[in-house]
Amino acid sequence: MSPALPIRLERLAYRVPGKTILDCLEATIAEPGITALIGPNGAGKSVTLRLIDGLLTPSEGTIRIGADGSARRAFVFQRPALVRASVSRNVALALEPLALSRRERTSRIERALARVGLRGRAGDPATKLSGGEQQRLALARAWATEPQLLLLDEPTASLDPAATEALEALVAEMAGGGTKILIVSHNLGQVARLADDVVVLDAGRAVEHGPTRQVLFHPRTAEARAYLKGELPWTSFAAAS
Amino acid sequence: MHETLSDTFSRLASLDREVFAIAWLSLRVSLSAVLIGCLVGIPLGSLVAVSRFPGRSGAVGLLNAAMGLPPVIVGLVVYLLLSRSGPLGPLGILFTPAAMVAAQSVLVTPLIAALTRQIVADAEAHLGEQLRSLRLSAWRRAGILIFDVRFSLLTAVLAAFGRAISEIGAVLVVGGNIDGFTRTMTTAISLETQKGDLALALALGLVLIGLVILVSMAASLLRAYAARAYG
Repeated sequence: MSPALPIRLERLAYRVPGKTILDCLEATIAEPGITALIGPNGAGKSVTLRLIDGLLTPSEGTIRIGADGSARRAFVFQRPALVRASVSRNVALALEPLALSRRERTSRIERALARVGLRGRAGDPATKLSGGEQQRLALARAWATEPQLLLLDEPTASLDPAATEALEALVAEMAGGGTKILIVSHNLGQVARLADDVVVLDAGRAVEHGPTRQVLFHPRTAEARAYLKGELPWTSFAAAS
Repeated sequence: MHETLSDTFSRLASLDREVFAIAWLSLRVSLSAVLIGCLVGIPLGSLVAVSRFPGRSGAVGLLNAAMGLPPVIVGLVVYLLLSRSGPLGPLGILFTPAAMVAAQSVLVTPLIAALTRQIVADAEAHLGEQLRSLRLSAWRRAGILIFDVRFSLLTAVLAAFGRAISEIGAVLVVGGNIDGFTRTMTTAISLETQKGDLALALALGLVLIGLVILVSMAASLLRAYAARAYG
């Protein structure tokens, strides 16, 4: 079993002044592979990923990752955040905290860039890459750290279909290599193609969790059904009133 | 008027030693001050941009307010520190170019720090979350952000150079405007105008403007190159 499993989110709450974003969220993710977090805008999906990564601190509740919480994590954001430096330098930055030998560092950079098809662009300025290439570079940067848990926040939201397909293949390859992946996506086709299980979030709570086909095609809860049917909270509200 | 202009251009054309000695001293003093300002102001501004600590907004307000320090007041404070009875009196540098560098450094450091903070804070908004997720220390994150905005920081350096080379109050108070020793372009222009040597004042003014334009052009070219090379 992956050292990142199980991921337990216990009575998780996150509040900012005047707003509750997560409200007593409970979920246990115990299966390897790819878990998708879906739900309407503002449901708390991205905040959940940031809490799991440690970028945010919960207002209440606890997050337990694996047996001892030491699993290596990496995060790929919706918009790739790259430094104005070469492609290889951007990957090297991620390896700095790992205290690797120079040889190991170089080897990991080369392998990661080769895996995402950017080895020939290693010396190019990262900001000159296309959107799809930049996101592949962001994935290579994560890959180079050999994460046990990879968090993806809408990684294909701004990509064209070809770049999306290429990125999905890489994500599937990583999952096949034993990395546990949590992905936030609004693209239900992508969720169906990639995810092994799905957590549906609504108004800061996990309202449903199950195998992908079951959640997407036979949702049990009204919130999940409404989201999957494309009903927006305010349209349901208008219909009810 | 015609005679003054003709005298001005003949001084410039003949590479008048007095004009160029004054210009060279001004350049040395201001560039030294800007260098010290960069060494202190860039790390300081970057750390304020990436760190979260109690009283941070007060520190940012103080930095921004210090951008507008009146040169003559800075000169007076540095004078008091360097005067024989002041705490730094034993250094014996009052009325020397070193004192002028010190005064101008005090003047430009907050300007560089405040502009750096703003530039780095903007970069932090874009890159900060990613750098934190890579588990890099605050110092390292600040270093990476400085590297990322290195070409934008030219604006801060340029603004500091403009402030240093064109100020008169601080260098006049701590330098004393001593002929051939601490006379800069701005103090000389003021003095020569009062004495009626308008040709020398104008010649110095043209050199001063020329220098500022040259430095600005060099910075613009570097920025344009960087935009082409790194996006």
